[in-house]
Amino acid sequence: MKSTQVLGRILRYGKPYLIYLILALLFAAGNVALTLYAPILIGDAVDCIVGAGQVDFSAVGMILIRLAAVTAGAALLSWLMTLCTNVVSYRTVRDMRSDIFQKFADVPLRYIDQNSRGDLLSRMANDTEQIGNGLLQGFSQLFTGIITIIGTLAFMLAINIAVALAVAVITPLSLFVAAFIAKRSHTYFAQQTRDRGEMTGYTEEMIGAQREVKGYGAEERTQQKFEEINARLYESGVRSQLYSSLTNPSTRFVNGLVYAAVGVFGAFHVLSGRMTIGQLSSFLSYANQYTKPFNEISGVVTEFQSAIASARRVFTVLEERSEDPDAPDAVELRHCRGEVRLEHVFFSYDKEKKLIEDFHLSVRPGQKIAIVGPTGCGKTTLINLLMRFYDTDAGVIYVDGANAMHYTKDSLRGAYGMVLQDTWLTSGTVRENIAFGKPEATEEEIIAAAKAAHIHSFIKRLPQGYDTRLGDDGGNISAGQKQLLCIARVMLAKPSMLILDEATSSIDTRTEILVQNAFTSMMEGRTCFIVAHRLSTIQNADRILVMKKGKIIEQGTHEELLNQGGFYFELYNSQFSGTANP
Amino acid sequence: MFQLIRYLKRFKKQVILGPMFKLTEAIFELIVPLVMASIIDVGVKNGDSSYVLRMGGLMVVLGVIGLACALTCQYFAARASQGVGTAIRNDLFAHINSLSMAEIDQIGTPSLVNRINNDVNQLQLAVAMLIRLVVRAPFLVIGSTVMAMILDWKLSLIFLASIPLIALVLYWIMSRCVPFFRSVQRHLDQLSLVTRENLEGARVIRAFSAQKAERRRFEDANEGYTKESVRAGKISALLNPLTYVIANTAIIGIIWFGGTRVDGGVLTQGEIIALVNYMTQILLALIVVANLVVIFTKAQASAVRVNEVFALTPSVQEPAAKPQMPSGKKTDTPKIEFQNVSFRYPQSSEYALRSLSISIRPGETIGIIGGTGSGKTTLISLIPRLFDVTEGSLLIDGRDVREYSLAELRRKIATASQRATLFHATIRENVAFGAPEATDEDIAKALEISQSSEFVNKLEQKWDTMVAQGGTSLSGGQRQRLSIARALAAKPEILILDDSLSALDFKTDAKLRRALAEAEKDTTVILVSQRAAALRSADQIIVLDDGNVAGIGTHADLMRTCTVYQEICASQLDVSKERGQAV
Repeated sequence: MKSTQVLGRILRYGKPYLIYLILALLFAAGNVALTLYAPILIGDAVDCIVGAGQVDFSAVGMILIRLAAVTAGAALLSWLMTLCTNVVSYRTVRDMRSDIFQKFADVPLRYIDQNSRGDLLSRMANDTEQIGNGLLQGFSQLFTGIITIIGTLAFMLAINIAVALAVAVITPLSLFVAAFIAKRSHTYFAQQTRDRGEMTGYTEEMIGAQREVKGYGAEERTQQKFEEINARLYESGVRSQLYSSLTNPSTRFVNGLVYAAVGVFGAFHVLSGRMTIGQLSSFLSYANQYTKPFNEISGVVTEFQSAIASARRVFTVLEERSEDPDAPDAVELRHCRGEVRLEHVFFSYDKEKKLIEDFHLSVRPGQKIAIVGPTGCGKTTLINLLMRFYDTDAGVIYVDGANAMHYTKDSLRGAYGMVLQDTWLTSGTVRENIAFGKPEATEEEIIAAAKAAHIHSFIKRLPQGYDTRLGDDGGNISAGQKQLLCIARVMLAKPSMLILDEATSSIDTRTEILVQNAFTSMMEGRTCFIVAHRLSTIQNADRILVMKKGKIIEQGTHEELLNQGGFYFELYNSQFSGTANP
Repeated sequence: MFQLIRYLKRFKKQVILGPMFKLTEAIFELIVPLVMASIIDVGVKNGDSSYVLRMGGLMVVLGVIGLACALTCQYFAARASQGVGTAIRNDLFAHINSLSMAEIDQIGTPSLVNRINNDVNQLQLAVAMLIRLVVRAPFLVIGSTVMAMILDWKLSLIFLASIPLIALVLYWIMSRCVPFFRSVQRHLDQLSLVTRENLEGARVIRAFSAQKAERRRFEDANEGYTKESVRAGKISALLNPLTYVIANTAIIGIIWFGGTRVDGGVLTQGEIIALVNYMTQILLALIVVANLVVIFTKAQASAVRVNEVFALTPSVQEPAAKPQMPSGKKTDTPKIEFQNVSFRYPQSSEYALRSLSISIRPGETIGIIGGTGSGKTTLISLIPRLFDVTEGSLLIDGRDVREYSLAELRRKIATASQRATLFHATIRENVAFGAPEATDEDIAKALEISQSSEFVNKLEQKWDTMVAQGGTSLSGGQRQRLSIARALAAKPEILILDDSLSALDFKTDAKLRRALAEAEKDTTVILVSQRAAALRSADQIIVLDDGNVAGIGTHADLMRTCTVYQEICASQLDVSKERGQAV
């Protein structure tokens, strides 16, 4: 993306706040005009104070009253201008963050799986902030700067053309210096942003995995790697900071030159009687102010650059392809009966490696389908396809007789209840977690679900019962209890179909029996897909699919498959052949 | 904030010389209006054009020297501030690494990450400003005032009155804004938390179609952040207009009273211009001071957050003095010995584990079984000292674990846990995580025993395949096997498998256990499992029930004596029965 395109996109974000932006610019223009008028008034006043006994007090008084009014007006306008730019920049950042968050919810899961979480996080939090600070605040500064320069030049030309021209001649020097510095610092800023992203990613990963780091005594090595990234960040940090900080002194130097030139040149004009001392004083004030906007503009330029680097990172996320949206004529899947049919389904994550090929499956409402097979055989993939986390490459999945693509994703997914092995809970209360899929659930429903999942008595023992807050990632309860909460969550949603992916593997067997009973009663009349490794849990299934390398190699009931004496038979017996003594 | 000043000491040269150079530039800047006044009062009044030219030349020279000084200062500032930031980050990360799980859980990963990154950046900025502006801005204020006093001490009273007034305005605005900064920071933490959760739980959220509710949660935080920022902005936006008004009022005063002074012949016209100039300079400098105050208040808040981390002391401490190694190990010393061990998590009143005593000989296999929350994972966390026992003692090779250095202790132990965390690195790096010196042979062997070779070799880049963060590019079973390979590659004396076979299918599970049994005869193995069958032939089985030891013994012993164990086995009995029919 070119910088101008990036800039254009950012400005489009500001569009809803155009009115504030316009107001800000109007206020800015007014403020600049008044601020520039003040030195003229001061100069006029100074001209009325020539020397001992030559002071025109009534004229000075009149001028000073006007100066007071101008001051008050300028101050008010400057306050209003800042208010407006604040609104524009904060709201734009808010909208941008909102869009990024929405994008995270819209992108295919693969994108989230493949990117470092810390890096994505830093784009949402830090990069947007940088855009807000650098670009939007910068924009108003830039505008104020430019009209200040134009205004100053105009005022100076009005006072004295020759001296004003002298100033104008020196000006390009300042621009040249600023441009030179900006060019240099741009590359360093981009590098610094990259290094910073890497650092965030690494700290996130390593602090999140402290159990492993400590368990393996890897503190020193992670420290080394950290310091290596940190050292790189230091280098890019020093460079970008140095270059961006050169701007101020350099432009201040140019400023000094302008001031000296105005002084000398102006003095000659006064000597030859073409200018008054008061006018010279106004000129000097202008000369002082004149390069200040240049300072600001070049400051803005460096901020701009780091903002543009940030904006690039933000827009790369936003440009990521979303999951295909629901078809315009998509319908809600209501009162799903739970009939599922897969016909000629092809799918692979990676075009080079075929995974599921020409897959057929027909499930009647209420059937319990168990899926077994060695790791990597496509069990989880099948679940991903059913839930439409991924879409098939070819072939059709029918639900209740209609193509699954014809339903809205939300209603289709809502028809399934899913319990995964990786328990995920949100940082909220126990109650909020159970009611996650159905926030409007009543207290009775929540308690009923908890009881069904055999977690009710445990919850009662927690310090605040159902209002106990779970820490970051549910840190303060055990894996098994998390699993039970996840089950309660599904129990509450009462979906028409269930997907249990390795769901019971971290609950101890005693609890599992209870959970199994609860599941059995819940599974009553619902279509179920069960991926489990403990074959004992799936013996009651109506049909067991034995998968290998993306294909069904055997299917039938438990007895049928055992009698077949094939892969399932082998798999089933292998669970008893292992000894406890590894 | 003051605790962090020690970091500045490493950059003494930059911190002292930087401001000095800046000061030189500032002094020159103060001289300029004087030079200008003399151009008007001497050069113009006397019509001396060569004097005007000479003074003009002087101003240029002052500018050049000033520029050189300023550039040097900026260079020092960049080096020192980035250096300080880098050093703090290194120390913070090292300190976090030294903390125990209890403290890390207390602050939480996202907040720690924010502290290392954003808060340290804020401090870095403060250091840069310290060097660049802290001396310069106040100096310009004081210097301008002094110059004004030299020109006319009566008129300088206006200066003396307006400066405290401006300072007061600054103070008022700042003190109103600070609470907002804190609340803005809290909202930002919340924003990060929600986003992080949504990235982690993407599957579940989509399965429940909870995107809308999550979005509301995010929008709440986002809206809160925006509102607080705008509110803070309303107050801080007063800063410039108010100071401008005060300074201009002062200028009005200077001109009016200056007029009387000129009228009385005490002051010249040029000197009035100089006075106005000085006032303008003060205004500019005070605005810089205001920005500095903002930066330093933010830095102050960040320093508090950083120091909070530094203030945490690891609850698991290295031994104070290195005790003498016991001379010659007796052959009958148990490998691991729990002596009446009880444990309670910090901030919890309930014991998670009560009075466990067991003696484990080298090479033994110990099974641990028990219900959810019965204390299995707690028990094994005590061995590598992720937590310290609350009561009793835990001995390894006859020495209390608290007498070992942590590195020495943890080298003996490797754990593969049920929810295995893999890193964003190659498979080779992941397996060699606990033993960077591992040879290709070691890695191959570890992959072989853990039954990982087959799937790893099928990957396009084999050992050099990158694993996604958290291992999300692999299946649950693959992750568990790699984490077992990682544990094996560390060649531990004690191998702990915390339910780490749970996602494996039976065939792989059986193969893995057989391979382990053959390869690791001398290793003491602690096996946490849900499946009674998997522990059946363990040398000893610890049965836990709600933190209590319900029984210790062999399968046969426990079947006779331990009701809890009987129940567990009974619940899995149907499996064994079926097996009888099937075979």
